[in-house]
Amino acid sequence: MGQGKKESIPATRIRMGKSNRMLSIICYVVVGLFAAVCLFPFALMITSSFMTEKEIVSEGYKLIPKEWTAAAYTYLLDNPKKLLDAYKTTILITVVGTVLGLVIMSMAGYVLNRKDFKYRGFFSFMIYFTTLFSGGLVPTYILYVRYLNLKDNIWAMILPGLVSAWSIFLMRNFMKSIPDELYESATMDGAGPFTIYLKIFMPLAIPSLATVGLFLALGYWNEWYNASLYIDTASKYPLQYYLQKMINQTSIEALTNAGHVIDAGMVPTQSVKMATAVLTTGPIILLYPFVQKYFVSGLTVGSVKG
Amino acid sequence: MKVKRGFQDFLKEVRKNWVLFLMLVPAIAYFIVFSYVTMPGAYVAFVNYNPNKGIFGSDFVGFKNFEFLIRNGDLVKITKNTLLYNGVFLLLSHMIQIVLAIMLSEIMNKIFKKISQSVILLPHFISYVVVGVFAYNFFNFDNGFINSLLVNLGMERISFYSTPGVWKYIIVFFYIWKTTGYGMIVYMAAITGISSEIYEACYIDGASRFQRIRYVTLPLLKPTFILLVLFGLGGILRGSFDLFYNLIGTNSLLYGQTDIIDTYVYRSLVGSFNFASSAAVGLYQSVFGLIFVMVINLIVRKVEPESALF
Repeated sequence: MGQGKKESIPATRIRMGKSNRMLSIICYVVVGLFAAVCLFPFALMITSSFMTEKEIVSEGYKLIPKEWTAAAYTYLLDNPKKLLDAYKTTILITVVGTVLGLVIMSMAGYVLNRKDFKYRGFFSFMIYFTTLFSGGLVPTYILYVRYLNLKDNIWAMILPGLVSAWSIFLMRNFMKSIPDELYESATMDGAGPFTIYLKIFMPLAIPSLATVGLFLALGYWNEWYNASLYIDTASKYPLQYYLQKMINQTSIEALTNAGHVIDAGMVPTQSVKMATAVLTTGPIILLYPFVQKYFVSGLTVGSVKG
Repeated sequence: MKVKRGFQDFLKEVRKNWVLFLMLVPAIAYFIVFSYVTMPGAYVAFVNYNPNKGIFGSDFVGFKNFEFLIRNGDLVKITKNTLLYNGVFLLLSHMIQIVLAIMLSEIMNKIFKKISQSVILLPHFISYVVVGVFAYNFFNFDNGFINSLLVNLGMERISFYSTPGVWKYIIVFFYIWKTTGYGMIVYMAAITGISSEIYEACYIDGASRFQRIRYVTLPLLKPTFILLVLFGLGGILRGSFDLFYNLIGTNSLLYGQTDIIDTYVYRSLVGSFNFASSAAVGLYQSVFGLIFVMVINLIVRKVEPESALF
């Protein structure tokens, strides 16, 4: 039915009058240009990381260097401790945060999805209200540092993004299509609520789990904010915070302070900055083609109201 | 009496469905600890905070923290900046998103369409720290891309990081750069939702593609546009902290035109441990933010009751 309809809209295909063709060309050109603008900074960053320090200092970052070198990467691989520490922290908070967040939020989404759960309206609003009003940064900071004692603790980077009202509602709405009869018949067969969650809800929820898991993982991978608030020890810095600190350093001394062993001679400071950025972003770019569709489906779920 | 009965009903329900309640406990506990417990903590804005005495033990000073911010002009400045930036962001980004979504949906070549859509969405996935790296890559004085171009063209270098005037354009550029893909997909979903029968009718009536966009697609996107802009207005006091902080950082030369509420709150706390200013501005933002959302929600309920938040 849907297919037959698609074939019967030839407006865009057959009737290619002069103005239509113009429009078509404009579309290709504008979209193509915008895509190029989106891609350009990535390209510049990557080629800059392969430039020689001499060329950067004398002529600045360029899209097409005269001379290509992997010196920055060799340098980073020779002094990998800081970067590896940051990778370790980031992977740890990403894995722990994503798994824990998914467990907590899928259970909440499941309970709020069950129409026989009497207080779901009340609890939904309770969760929703947190998106409308918050105590603000200072009370949160005091809570973490003074009452929970999480200063310089790795949990200070995991807890803040762990559970979000938005993701719980996304999960709940995603599952609205599950008919109540499914729960009822499973209950008749003697399955308890938790068994139903594990055996029926979770398998059906895989697409929404993928979407929410992706949001979580992305948030943790890109985390720097809570690290800047709570983390003092350099070996506990996550990747993005490590990168931010590094970019803001201008001199070689600062690089030494960040824990790099500086030999005599030229350190490729400027290209190292770009190479570090490439290495911290690389995994996202590599995974991007595979995860994009979950992201897009998460975006188009639609209403997320409480 | 009534409350008591309600509570007894609740206990009965808990006993009956204890497994479901238990499964909800982690999420609810999370929101109680990290959201509800901190709400009364907003009281910190009214005290002279002393870490040894805690929030509620510190001396009450009333509105003194706010008076200070009004008198030195900070509150007015950052409010103005926040409103202006968010206003420009809202209008410009939605216009660009709509145009691109329509154009992309007019493109018939599937490969071109898929690749360009992916590329335009890509910036959404990277962290704002990397956006800061891009800015450094482009604009730093000694070896930035733009300056090396200028030198090659025989022009003078521009010291971007000490020229406040250019940063509003840079900030808007990177905002558009980072968020367009996301919004574009929302609009593309709305376009896909338009019934194909309408397009067929256009064809039979002999409408050109341009006419079809002008008289069918755009009007049908209007409700989505209005709703998204209204909800955007609800958050108009909340800034894109990540963007501003990673581009401007602690470069005080640029604060005049680039300081927004969120950067002010953060810097007051992290930079100078000025709990009073940070908390006062934070509370001001929360309260007016809530009022904004309420008002907007009232409007939405008038315009399209089904889309109202509550």
